[in-house]
Amino acid sequence: MATWRIIDHPILGAAPADRTVIIDFDGRPVEAIEGEPIAAALMAAGVASFRTTPVRHEPRGVFCAIGRCTDCVMTVDGVPNVRTCVTPARDGMIVRTQHGLGEWSDSGCGDSN
Amino acid sequence: MRRFELAVVGAGPAGLAAAIEAGSAGVRTVVIDENLKPGGQLFKQIHKFFGSSEHQAGTRGFEIGRRMLSTLSDTGVEVWLDSQVYGLFPGWTLAVNRGDRHEKVQADRVLLATGASENSIPFPGWTLPGVMGAGAAQTMINVHRVLPGSDVVMVGSGNVGLIVSYQLLQAGANVVAVVEAAPKIGGYGVHASKLRRAGVPIYRSHTVLRATGPGRVAEVTIGMLDESWRPVSGSERTFRADTICLAVGLTPLAELAWMAGCEFIHNSRLGGFIPVHNREMETTTAGLFVAGDITGVEEASSAMEEGRLAGLAAASSLGRIGRAEAESRMQRVWDRLCQLREGPFGVHRRQAKDDILRKFEVRAGDCATSEKPAAGKECAG
Ligand SMILES: Cc1cc2nc3c(=O)[nH]c(=O)nc-3n(C[C@H](O)[C@H](O)[C@H](O)COP(=O)(O)OP(=O)(O)OC[C@H]3O[C@@H](n4cnc5c(N)ncnc54)[C@H](O)[C@@H]3O)c2cc1C
Ligand code: FES
Repeated sequence: MATWRIIDHPILGAAPADRTVIIDFDGRPVEAIEGEPIAAALMAAGVASFRTTPVRHEPRGVFCAIGRCTDCVMTVDGVPNVRTCVTPARDGMIVRTQHGLGEWSDSGCGDSN
Repeated sequence: MRRFELAVVGAGPAGLAAAIEAGSAGVRTVVIDENLKPGGQLFKQIHKFFGSSEHQAGTRGFEIGRRMLSTLSDTGVEVWLDSQVYGLFPGWTLAVNRGDRHEKVQADRVLLATGASENSIPFPGWTLPGVMGAGAAQTMINVHRVLPGSDVVMVGSGNVGLIVSYQLLQAGANVVAVVEAAPKIGGYGVHASKLRRAGVPIYRSHTVLRATGPGRVAEVTIGMLDESWRPVSGSERTFRADTICLAVGLTPLAELAWMAGCEFIHNSRLGGFIPVHNREMETTTAGLFVAGDITGVEEASSAMEEGRLAGLAAASSLGRIGRAEAESRMQRVWDRLCQLREGPFGVHRRQAKDDILRKFEVRAGDCATSEKPAAGKECAG
Protein backbone atom coordinates (compact mmCIF):
# COMPACT_ATOMS: atom_id res chain seq x y z
CA MET A 1 0.00 0.00 0.00
CA ALA A 2 1.49 3.33 -1.04
CA THR A 3 -0.38 5.29 1.56
CA TRP A 4 -2.08 4.31 4.77
CA ARG A 5 -4.44 7.25 4.53
CA ILE A 6 -8.14 6.57 4.70
CA ILE A 7 -9.40 8.20 1.51
CA ASP A 8 -13.03 7.07 1.65
CA HIS A 9 -14.86 6.30 4.84
CA PRO A 10 -18.41 4.93 5.16
CA ILE A 11 -19.24 7.31 8.02
CA LEU A 12 -16.80 10.19 7.73
CA GLY A 13 -17.06 10.46 3.94
CA ALA A 14 -14.30 11.47 1.56
CA ALA A 15 -11.09 12.94 2.96
CA PRO A 16 -11.18 16.74 2.97
CA ALA A 17 -8.82 18.40 0.51
CA ASP A 18 -6.40 19.82 3.06
CA ARG A 19 -3.15 21.56 2.17
CA THR A 20 -0.21 19.19 1.97
CA VAL A 21 3.35 20.06 2.93
CA ILE A 22 6.64 18.18 2.79
CA ILE A 23 8.64 17.22 5.86
CA ASP A 24 12.13 15.72 5.83
CA PHE A 25 12.26 12.35 7.56
CA ASP A 26 15.83 11.07 7.94
CA GLY A 27 16.74 12.71 4.68
CA ARG A 28 13.77 11.64 2.60
CA PRO A 29 10.72 13.71 1.74
CA VAL A 30 7.44 12.66 3.33
CA GLU A 31 4.09 14.24 2.52
CA ALA A 32 2.09 15.58 5.45
CA ILE A 33 -1.23 17.34 5.78
CA GLU A 34 -0.48 20.73 7.24
CA GLY A 35 -1.24 20.76 10.95
CA GLU A 36 -1.70 17.02 11.40
CA PRO A 37 0.60 15.44 13.99
CA ILE A 38 4.01 14.48 12.63
CA ALA A 39 3.27 10.91 13.79
CA ALA A 40 0.18 10.73 11.57
CA ALA A 41 2.22 11.78 8.53
CA LEU A 42 4.90 9.18 9.27
CA MET A 43 2.32 6.47 9.90
CA ALA A 44 0.64 7.34 6.62
CA ALA A 45 4.00 6.79 4.91
CA GLY A 46 4.26 3.36 6.54
CA VAL A 47 6.90 4.34 9.13
CA ALA A 48 6.47 2.36 12.36
CA SER A 49 9.74 2.92 14.22
CA PHE A 50 10.30 6.46 15.50
CA ARG A 51 13.22 6.09 17.88
CA THR A 52 15.56 3.55 19.52
CA THR A 53 15.98 3.07 23.26
CA PRO A 54 19.13 4.29 25.06
CA VAL A 55 20.44 0.98 26.42
CA ARG A 56 19.19 -1.86 24.25
CA HIS A 57 18.65 0.17 21.08
CA GLU A 58 15.21 -1.35 20.55
CA PRO A 59 12.74 0.33 18.20
CA ARG A 60 9.71 2.20 19.53
CA GLY A 61 6.72 3.77 17.80
CA VAL A 62 3.33 5.32 18.53
CA PHE A 63 1.74 3.87 21.65
CA CYS A 64 -0.85 6.28 23.09
CA ALA A 65 -1.21 8.86 20.28
CA ILE A 66 -2.34 11.51 22.78
CA GLY A 67 0.93 12.82 24.16
CA ARG A 68 1.08 10.82 27.39
CA CYS A 69 3.57 7.98 26.99
CA THR A 70 6.52 9.67 25.19
CA ASP A 71 7.18 6.54 23.12
CA CYS A 72 6.95 8.52 19.88
CA VAL A 73 9.61 11.15 20.63
CA MET A 74 11.93 12.22 17.84
CA THR A 75 14.39 15.00 17.14
CA VAL A 76 12.48 17.74 15.35
CA ASP A 77 14.28 20.76 13.92
CA GLY A 78 17.24 19.93 16.11
CA VAL A 79 15.26 19.57 19.34
CA PRO A 80 15.22 16.07 20.85
CA ASN A 81 12.35 14.46 22.78
CA VAL A 82 9.54 16.08 20.79
CA ARG A 83 6.26 14.13 21.12
CA THR A 84 5.43 13.68 17.45
CA CYS A 85 1.87 12.49 18.11
CA VAL A 86 0.87 15.93 19.40
CA THR A 87 3.23 18.16 17.41
CA PRO A 88 1.73 19.56 14.20
CA ALA A 89 3.61 19.05 10.95
CA ARG A 90 4.84 22.20 9.21
CA ASP A 91 6.38 22.60 5.80
CA GLY A 92 10.12 21.90 5.74
CA MET A 93 10.32 20.39 9.21
CA ILE A 94 13.42 18.26 9.79
CA VAL A 95 12.37 15.07 11.56
CA ARG A 96 15.02 12.58 12.68
CA THR A 97 14.78 9.11 14.22
CA GLN A 98 15.99 9.67 17.78
CA HIS A 99 18.67 7.36 19.15
CA GLY A 100 18.70 7.11 22.91
CA LEU A 101 18.21 10.45 24.61
CA GLY A 102 18.95 12.33 21.42
CA GLU A 103 21.26 15.24 20.85
CA TRP A 104 20.63 18.94 20.54
CA SER A 105 21.87 20.35 17.30
CA ASP A 106 23.22 23.90 17.13
CA SER A 107 20.15 25.17 15.39
CA GLY A 108 17.92 23.59 18.02
CA CYS A 109 19.24 25.34 21.13
CA GLY A 110 19.99 28.67 19.45
CA ASP A 111 17.82 31.43 20.89
CA SER A 112 15.51 29.49 23.19
CA ASN A 113 16.54 31.46 26.29
CA MET B 1 -2.72 36.51 36.05
CA ARG B 2 -6.16 36.03 34.50
CA ARG B 3 -9.20 35.76 36.80
CA PHE B 4 -12.28 33.65 36.18
CA GLU B 5 -15.20 32.51 38.28
CA LEU B 6 -14.90 28.94 37.01
CA ALA B 7 -11.93 27.16 35.48
CA VAL B 8 -12.74 23.86 33.75
CA VAL B 9 -9.77 21.56 33.14
CA GLY B 10 -10.46 19.31 30.15
CA ALA B 11 -12.59 20.03 27.07
CA GLY B 12 -14.04 16.52 26.69
CA PRO B 13 -17.79 15.89 26.85
CA ALA B 14 -17.85 16.43 30.64
CA GLY B 15 -15.93 19.71 30.59
CA LEU B 16 -17.85 21.09 27.59
CA ALA B 17 -21.24 20.22 29.12
CA ALA B 18 -20.26 21.92 32.37
CA ALA B 19 -18.98 25.01 30.58
CA ILE B 20 -22.21 25.27 28.58
CA GLU B 21 -24.33 25.17 31.77
CA ALA B 22 -22.13 27.59 33.68
CA GLY B 23 -21.51 29.89 30.72
CA SER B 24 -25.19 30.19 29.86
CA ALA B 25 -25.91 31.07 33.50
CA GLY B 26 -23.48 33.97 33.15
CA VAL B 27 -20.54 32.47 35.02
CA ARG B 28 -17.22 33.83 33.74
CA THR B 29 -15.69 30.55 32.63
CA VAL B 30 -12.52 29.31 30.99
CA VAL B 31 -12.07 25.79 29.59
CA ILE B 32 -8.46 24.65 29.40
CA ASP B 33 -7.31 21.64 27.36
CA GLU B 34 -3.87 20.42 26.41
CA ASN B 35 -5.01 19.26 22.98
CA LEU B 36 -4.91 21.37 19.86
CA LYS B 37 -8.62 20.71 19.35
CA PRO B 38 -11.47 20.58 21.88
CA GLY B 39 -13.76 17.56 22.34
CA GLY B 40 -11.61 15.06 24.25
CA GLN B 41 -12.52 11.53 23.21
CA LEU B 42 -15.78 12.63 21.59
CA PHE B 43 -14.46 13.23 18.09
CA LYS B 44 -13.09 9.67 17.98
CA GLN B 45 -16.55 8.28 18.57
CA ILE B 46 -18.13 7.78 15.18
CA HIS B 47 -20.72 5.26 16.34
CA LYS B 48 -24.31 6.11 17.23
CA PHE B 49 -25.04 6.64 20.89
CA PHE B 50 -27.46 4.49 22.87
CA GLY B 51 -30.11 5.44 25.36
CA SER B 52 -33.19 7.58 24.98
CA SER B 53 -33.66 10.58 22.75
CA GLU B 54 -32.75 12.76 25.73
CA HIS B 55 -29.30 11.19 25.51
CA GLN B 56 -29.14 12.02 21.81
CA ALA B 57 -29.37 8.32 21.01
CA GLY B 58 -28.86 7.61 17.34
CA THR B 59 -26.52 10.58 17.01
CA ARG B 60 -22.84 9.94 16.45
CA GLY B 61 -20.28 11.14 18.99
CA PHE B 62 -18.51 13.59 16.71
CA GLU B 63 -21.83 15.18 15.72
CA ILE B 64 -22.67 15.68 19.39
CA GLY B 65 -19.23 17.24 19.77
CA ARG B 66 -19.81 19.70 16.95
CA ARG B 67 -23.16 20.73 18.42
CA MET B 68 -21.64 21.28 21.83
CA LEU B 69 -18.88 23.44 20.42
CA SER B 70 -21.34 25.61 18.54
CA THR B 71 -23.56 25.99 21.65
CA LEU B 72 -20.50 26.83 23.71
CA SER B 73 -19.39 29.53 21.30
CA ASP B 74 -22.65 31.41 22.02
CA THR B 75 -21.99 31.52 25.75
CA GLY B 76 -18.87 33.67 25.75
CA VAL B 77 -16.83 30.99 27.51
CA GLU B 78 -13.10 31.22 26.75
CA VAL B 79 -11.47 28.04 25.43
CA TRP B 80 -7.71 27.68 25.81
CA LEU B 81 -6.16 24.93 23.71
CA ASP B 82 -2.61 23.58 23.65
CA SER B 83 -2.67 24.44 27.36
CA GLN B 84 -1.74 21.90 29.99
CA VAL B 85 -2.68 22.46 33.63
CA TYR B 86 0.19 21.07 35.67
CA GLY B 87 -0.45 22.61 39.06
CA LEU B 88 -3.45 23.36 41.26
CA PHE B 89 -3.09 25.34 44.47
CA PRO B 90 -5.69 26.17 47.13
CA GLY B 91 -7.69 29.26 46.62
CA TRP B 92 -7.59 28.42 43.45
CA THR B 93 -4.56 29.07 41.34
CA LEU B 94 -3.91 26.96 38.27
CA ALA B 95 -0.47 26.73 36.71
CA VAL B 96 -0.77 26.37 32.95
CA ASN B 97 1.70 25.67 30.16
CA ARG B 98 0.02 27.57 27.37
CA GLY B 99 1.81 26.86 24.12
CA ASP B 100 5.38 27.78 24.97
CA ARG B 101 4.38 30.27 27.66
CA HIS B 102 3.60 29.85 31.32
CA GLU B 103 0.44 31.40 32.73
CA LYS B 104 -1.37 31.46 36.04
CA VAL B 105 -5.13 31.44 36.30
CA GLN B 106 -7.09 32.48 39.37
CA ALA B 107 -10.55 30.96 39.75
CA ASP B 108 -13.26 30.87 42.44
CA ARG B 109 -14.32 27.37 41.46
CA VAL B 110 -12.49 24.62 39.60
CA LEU B 111 -13.87 21.63 37.73
CA LEU B 112 -11.54 18.76 36.91
CA ALA B 113 -12.83 16.94 33.81
CA THR B 114 -9.50 15.43 32.79
CA GLY B 115 -10.82 12.05 31.62
CA ALA B 116 -8.90 8.79 31.79
CA SER B 117 -5.82 7.18 30.29
CA GLU B 118 -5.54 3.76 28.72
CA ASN B 119 -4.09 0.80 30.59
CA SER B 120 -1.66 -1.60 28.99
CA ILE B 121 -0.46 -5.13 29.68
CA PRO B 122 3.10 -6.37 29.26
CA PHE B 123 3.99 -9.52 27.28
CA PRO B 124 7.10 -10.49 25.31
CA GLY B 125 7.20 -8.11 22.36
CA TRP B 126 4.77 -5.54 23.77
CA THR B 127 7.19 -2.68 23.18
CA LEU B 128 7.52 -3.37 19.45
CA PRO B 129 6.25 -0.69 17.10
CA GLY B 130 2.77 -1.75 16.05
CA VAL B 131 1.61 -2.43 19.62
CA MET B 132 -0.58 0.46 20.77
CA GLY B 133 -3.60 1.43 22.78
CA ALA B 134 -6.97 0.84 21.14
CA GLY B 135 -7.64 4.52 21.74
CA ALA B 136 -4.42 5.37 19.92
CA ALA B 137 -5.63 3.42 16.89
CA GLN B 138 -9.06 5.07 17.23
CA THR B 139 -7.43 8.51 17.24
CA MET B 140 -5.39 7.65 14.17
CA ILE B 141 -8.26 6.27 12.08
CA ASN B 142 -11.13 8.54 13.09
CA VAL B 143 -9.41 11.84 13.80
CA HIS B 144 -6.31 11.77 11.59
CA ARG B 145 -7.67 9.29 9.04
CA VAL B 146 -4.56 7.13 8.94
CA LEU B 147 -4.51 3.33 9.34
CA PRO B 148 -2.00 2.12 11.93
CA GLY B 149 -1.59 -1.17 10.02
CA SER B 150 -3.39 -3.68 7.83
CA ASP B 151 -3.96 -6.72 10.09
CA VAL B 152 -4.92 -6.08 13.70
CA VAL B 153 -5.26 -8.25 16.80
CA MET B 154 -7.46 -6.57 19.41
CA VAL B 155 -6.79 -7.47 23.04
CA GLY B 156 -9.87 -6.92 25.20
CA SER B 157 -13.59 -7.24 24.42
CA GLY B 158 -14.99 -4.41 26.52
CA ASN B 159 -16.87 -1.71 24.67
CA VAL B 160 -13.71 0.13 23.65
CA GLY B 161 -12.22 -3.10 22.21
CA LEU B 162 -15.41 -4.02 20.35
CA ILE B 163 -16.18 -0.53 19.06
CA VAL B 164 -12.63 0.20 17.94
CA SER B 165 -12.45 -3.22 16.19
CA TYR B 166 -15.55 -2.36 14.21
CA GLN B 167 -14.22 1.10 13.43
CA LEU B 168 -10.95 -0.45 12.20
CA LEU B 169 -13.02 -2.54 9.76
CA GLN B 170 -14.88 0.58 8.65
CA ALA B 171 -11.54 2.28 8.08
CA GLY B 172 -10.42 -0.58 5.83
CA ALA B 173 -8.21 -2.68 8.12
CA ASN B 174 -8.55 -6.41 8.69
CA VAL B 175 -9.27 -7.41 12.28
CA VAL B 176 -7.70 -10.83 12.61
CA ALA B 177 -9.05 -11.63 16.07
CA VAL B 178 -10.41 -10.16 19.27
CA VAL B 179 -8.84 -11.81 22.31
CA GLU B 180 -10.56 -11.77 25.70
CA ALA B 181 -8.98 -13.27 28.82
CA ALA B 182 -12.30 -13.65 30.66
CA PRO B 183 -14.74 -16.43 29.75
CA LYS B 184 -17.32 -13.77 28.84
CA ILE B 185 -17.33 -10.88 26.39
CA GLY B 186 -16.96 -7.65 28.33
CA GLY B 187 -18.95 -5.18 26.23
CA TYR B 188 -22.49 -4.87 24.86
CA GLY B 189 -23.93 -7.76 22.84
CA VAL B 190 -24.87 -5.50 19.92
CA HIS B 191 -21.27 -4.46 19.38
CA ALA B 192 -20.06 -8.08 19.57
CA SER B 193 -22.71 -9.27 17.08
CA LYS B 194 -21.72 -6.63 14.54
CA LEU B 195 -18.17 -7.99 14.66
CA ARG B 196 -19.29 -11.59 14.41
CA ARG B 197 -21.45 -10.76 11.39
CA ALA B 198 -18.38 -9.21 9.80
CA GLY B 199 -16.58 -12.53 10.35
CA VAL B 200 -14.22 -11.43 13.13
CA PRO B 201 -13.53 -14.28 15.56
CA ILE B 202 -13.69 -13.46 19.28
CA TYR B 203 -11.49 -15.78 21.34
CA ARG B 204 -12.74 -15.92 24.93
CA SER B 205 -10.54 -17.33 27.73
CA HIS B 206 -7.55 -16.42 25.57
CA THR B 207 -4.71 -13.98 25.98
CA VAL B 208 -1.86 -12.68 23.89
CA LEU B 209 1.31 -14.63 24.71
CA ARG B 210 3.88 -12.85 22.56
CA ALA B 211 4.48 -10.66 19.57
CA THR B 212 7.51 -11.03 17.35
CA GLY B 213 9.18 -8.60 14.96
CA PRO B 214 11.74 -7.61 14.01
CA GLY B 215 11.34 -3.87 13.58
CA ARG B 216 7.59 -3.97 14.05
CA VAL B 217 4.99 -6.59 14.93
CA ALA B 218 4.89 -9.36 12.30
CA GLU B 219 3.37 -12.29 14.18
CA VAL B 220 1.13 -12.59 17.23
CA THR B 221 0.70 -15.73 19.30
CA ILE B 222 -2.34 -16.19 21.51
CA GLY B 223 -3.22 -19.05 23.84
CA MET B 224 -6.07 -20.34 25.96
CA LEU B 225 -6.28 -19.71 29.71
CA ASP B 226 -7.57 -22.24 32.26
CA GLU B 227 -9.86 -21.36 35.18
CA SER B 228 -6.92 -20.04 37.18
CA TRP B 229 -5.87 -17.86 34.21
CA ARG B 230 -2.77 -19.96 33.39
CA PRO B 231 -1.92 -20.72 29.74
CA VAL B 232 -3.10 -24.16 28.55
CA SER B 233 -0.21 -25.90 26.82
CA GLY B 234 -0.82 -26.90 23.21
CA SER B 235 -3.51 -24.22 22.76
CA GLU B 236 -1.25 -21.72 21.02
CA ARG B 237 -2.28 -20.12 17.76
CA THR B 238 -0.17 -17.75 15.69
CA PHE B 239 -1.51 -15.05 13.39
CA ARG B 240 0.23 -12.85 10.87
CA ALA B 241 -0.55 -9.32 12.05
CA ASP B 242 1.27 -6.00 11.99
CA THR B 243 -0.70 -4.31 14.75
CA ILE B 244 -1.85 -5.19 18.26
CA CYS B 245 -4.37 -2.92 19.96
CA LEU B 246 -4.70 -3.03 23.73
CA ALA B 247 -8.18 -2.34 25.07
CA VAL B 248 -7.61 -3.44 28.62
CA GLY B 249 -9.27 -0.73 30.60
CA LEU B 250 -8.92 2.92 31.50
CA THR B 251 -7.65 4.65 34.63
CA PRO B 252 -9.08 8.00 35.80
CA LEU B 253 -6.60 10.87 35.41
CA ALA B 254 -6.80 12.39 38.86
CA GLU B 255 -3.33 13.82 39.57
CA LEU B 256 -4.67 17.35 40.05
CA ALA B 257 -7.22 16.10 42.58
CA TRP B 258 -4.44 14.37 44.53
CA MET B 259 -2.50 17.61 44.42
CA ALA B 260 -5.47 19.48 45.86
CA GLY B 261 -5.71 17.04 48.78
CA CYS B 262 -9.05 15.45 47.89
CA GLU B 263 -10.07 12.25 49.60
CA PHE B 264 -10.13 9.20 47.35
CA ILE B 265 -11.95 5.88 47.20
CA HIS B 266 -10.71 2.83 45.31
CA ASN B 267 -13.07 1.02 42.97
CA SER B 268 -11.72 -1.43 40.43
CA ARG B 269 -14.99 -1.47 38.49
CA LEU B 270 -14.69 2.24 37.83
CA GLY B 271 -10.99 2.11 36.96
CA GLY B 272 -9.07 2.72 40.21
CA PHE B 273 -8.75 5.66 42.61
CA ILE B 274 -11.57 8.18 42.37
CA PRO B 275 -11.98 11.52 44.16
CA VAL B 276 -14.85 11.22 46.65
CA HIS B 277 -17.65 13.61 45.69
CA ASN B 278 -21.28 14.40 46.47
CA ARG B 279 -24.30 14.32 44.18
CA GLU B 280 -23.44 17.82 42.98
CA MET B 281 -19.99 16.56 41.94
CA GLU B 282 -18.15 18.62 44.58
CA THR B 283 -15.14 16.88 46.10
CA THR B 284 -14.14 16.81 49.77
CA THR B 285 -12.18 19.98 49.01
CA ALA B 286 -14.80 22.74 48.89
CA GLY B 287 -15.02 24.59 45.59
CA LEU B 288 -13.37 21.78 43.64
CA PHE B 289 -15.66 19.78 41.36
CA VAL B 290 -15.11 16.65 39.25
CA ALA B 291 -17.05 15.16 36.30
CA GLY B 292 -16.69 12.51 33.64
CA ASP B 293 -14.17 9.68 33.55
CA ILE B 294 -12.17 11.15 36.45
CA THR B 295 -15.11 10.13 38.69
CA GLY B 296 -15.01 6.56 37.36
CA VAL B 297 -14.83 5.41 33.77
CA GLU B 298 -18.27 5.17 32.16
CA GLU B 299 -19.22 6.56 28.77
CA ALA B 300 -19.63 9.86 27.01
CA SER B 301 -23.38 10.19 27.75
CA SER B 302 -22.88 9.92 31.49
CA ALA B 303 -19.82 12.18 31.32
CA MET B 304 -21.99 14.90 29.78
CA GLU B 305 -24.68 14.51 32.45
CA GLU B 306 -22.11 14.73 35.22
CA GLY B 307 -20.67 17.80 33.55
CA ARG B 308 -24.11 19.40 33.60
CA LEU B 309 -24.44 18.64 37.32
CA ALA B 310 -21.08 20.21 38.07
CA GLY B 311 -21.82 23.24 35.89
CA LEU B 312 -25.18 23.82 37.59
CA ALA B 313 -23.74 23.32 41.06
CA ALA B 314 -20.87 25.71 40.40
CA ALA B 315 -23.22 28.32 38.94
CA SER B 316 -25.53 27.97 41.93
CA SER B 317 -22.72 28.25 44.47
CA LEU B 318 -21.58 31.42 42.71
CA GLY B 319 -25.10 32.84 43.02
CA ARG B 320 -25.77 32.82 39.27
CA ILE B 321 -28.68 30.38 39.51
CA GLY B 322 -31.19 30.33 42.36
CA ARG B 323 -30.84 27.35 44.69
CA ALA B 324 -34.35 26.02 44.02
CA GLU B 325 -33.98 26.24 40.26
CA ALA B 326 -30.56 24.62 40.35
CA GLU B 327 -31.89 21.78 42.46
CA SER B 328 -34.83 21.05 40.21
CA ARG B 329 -32.60 21.11 37.13
CA MET B 330 -30.08 18.84 38.85
CA GLN B 331 -32.85 16.42 39.74
CA ARG B 332 -33.77 16.14 36.07
CA VAL B 333 -30.15 15.39 35.22
CA TRP B 334 -30.09 12.74 37.95
CA ASP B 335 -33.22 11.14 36.48
CA ARG B 336 -31.44 10.79 33.14
CA LEU B 337 -28.24 9.55 34.79
CA CYS B 338 -30.21 6.87 36.59
CA GLN B 339 -31.61 5.69 33.25
CA LEU B 340 -28.08 5.38 31.92
CA ARG B 341 -27.12 3.30 34.94
CA GLU B 342 -29.79 0.66 34.53
CA GLY B 343 -29.65 -2.83 33.05
CA PRO B 344 -27.14 -5.62 33.56
CA PHE B 345 -24.16 -3.36 32.74
CA GLY B 346 -25.36 -0.12 34.27
CA VAL B 347 -26.43 -1.49 37.63
CA HIS B 348 -22.88 -2.35 38.67
CA ARG B 349 -21.71 1.12 37.79
CA ARG B 350 -24.61 2.56 39.76
CA GLN B 351 -23.71 0.54 42.83
CA ALA B 352 -20.09 1.62 42.54
CA LYS B 353 -21.19 5.23 42.14
CA ASP B 354 -23.48 4.95 45.16
CA ASP B 355 -20.48 3.84 47.25
CA ILE B 356 -18.69 7.06 46.35
CA LEU B 357 -21.67 9.22 47.39
CA ARG B 358 -22.07 7.21 50.59
CA LYS B 359 -18.45 7.73 51.49
CA PHE B 360 -18.95 11.45 51.08
CA GLU B 361 -22.03 11.40 53.32
CA VAL B 362 -20.31 9.37 56.03
CA ARG B 363 -17.46 11.78 55.98
CA ALA B 364 -19.75 14.83 56.13
CA GLY B 365 -21.56 13.18 59.07
CA ASP B 366 -18.25 12.59 60.88
CA CYS B 367 -17.24 16.14 60.49
CA ALA B 368 -19.28 18.20 62.98
CA THR B 369 -18.29 21.54 61.48
CA SER B 370 -19.28 20.55 57.96
CA GLU B 371 -22.03 22.63 56.47
CA LYS B 372 -22.44 20.29 53.53
CA PRO B 373 -25.96 19.06 52.90
CA ALA B 374 -26.27 15.31 53.01
CA ALA B 375 -26.52 13.75 49.59
CA GLY B 376 -30.12 13.54 48.49
CA LYS B 377 -31.97 10.76 46.78
CA GLU B 378 -30.29 9.65 43.57
CA CYS B 379 -31.64 6.59 41.82
CA ALA B 380 -34.72 4.85 43.12
CA GLY B 381 -34.62 1.13 43.89
C1 LIG C 1 -9.13 6.23 24.04
C2 LIG C 1 -10.54 6.22 24.54
C3 LIG C 1 -11.57 5.78 23.72
C4 LIG C 1 -12.87 5.77 24.17
N1 LIG C 1 -13.87 5.37 23.33
C5 LIG C 1 -15.15 5.44 23.76
C6 LIG C 1 -16.22 5.13 22.89
O1 LIG C 1 -15.97 4.75 21.74
N2 LIG C 1 -17.52 5.26 23.36
C7 LIG C 1 -17.79 5.70 24.64
O2 LIG C 1 -18.95 5.86 25.03
N3 LIG C 1 -16.78 5.96 25.47
C8 LIG C 1 -15.50 5.85 25.08
N4 LIG C 1 -14.49 6.14 25.92
C9 LIG C 1 -14.86 6.48 27.28
C10 LIG C 1 -14.72 7.98 27.35
O3 LIG C 1 -13.81 8.14 28.34
C11 LIG C 1 -16.02 8.75 27.55
O4 LIG C 1 -16.84 8.50 26.47
C12 LIG C 1 -15.85 10.28 27.58
O5 LIG C 1 -15.05 10.72 26.51
C13 LIG C 1 -15.30 10.77 28.87
O6 LIG C 1 -15.40 12.18 28.86
P1 LIG C 1 -14.49 13.11 29.73
O7 LIG C 1 -14.91 14.50 29.38
O8 LIG C 1 -14.54 12.68 31.13
O9 LIG C 1 -12.98 12.83 29.27
P2 LIG C 1 -12.22 13.03 27.88
O10 LIG C 1 -13.11 12.96 26.71
O11 LIG C 1 -11.07 12.10 27.93
O12 LIG C 1 -11.66 14.53 27.97
C14 LIG C 1 -10.69 14.94 28.90
C15 LIG C 1 -9.88 16.06 28.32
O13 LIG C 1 -9.07 16.63 29.32
C16 LIG C 1 -7.80 16.90 28.80
N5 LIG C 1 -6.85 16.96 29.91
C17 LIG C 1 -6.51 15.97 30.77
N6 LIG C 1 -5.62 16.40 31.67
C18 LIG C 1 -5.39 17.71 31.38
C19 LIG C 1 -4.56 18.72 31.96
N7 LIG C 1 -3.81 18.48 33.04
N8 LIG C 1 -4.55 19.95 31.40
C20 LIG C 1 -5.31 20.21 30.32
N9 LIG C 1 -6.11 19.31 29.73
C21 LIG C 1 -6.15 18.08 30.26
C22 LIG C 1 -7.58 15.74 27.86
O14 LIG C 1 -6.57 16.00 26.94
C23 LIG C 1 -8.94 15.60 27.23
O15 LIG C 1 -9.11 16.41 26.09
C24 LIG C 1 -13.16 6.17 25.49
C25 LIG C 1 -12.12 6.60 26.31
C26 LIG C 1 -10.82 6.63 25.84
C27 LIG C 1 -9.70 7.11 26.77
S1 FES D 1 2.52 8.06 21.31
FE1 FES D 1 2.43 8.42 23.41
S2 FES D 1 3.28 10.41 23.58
FE2 FES D 1 3.15 10.10 21.47
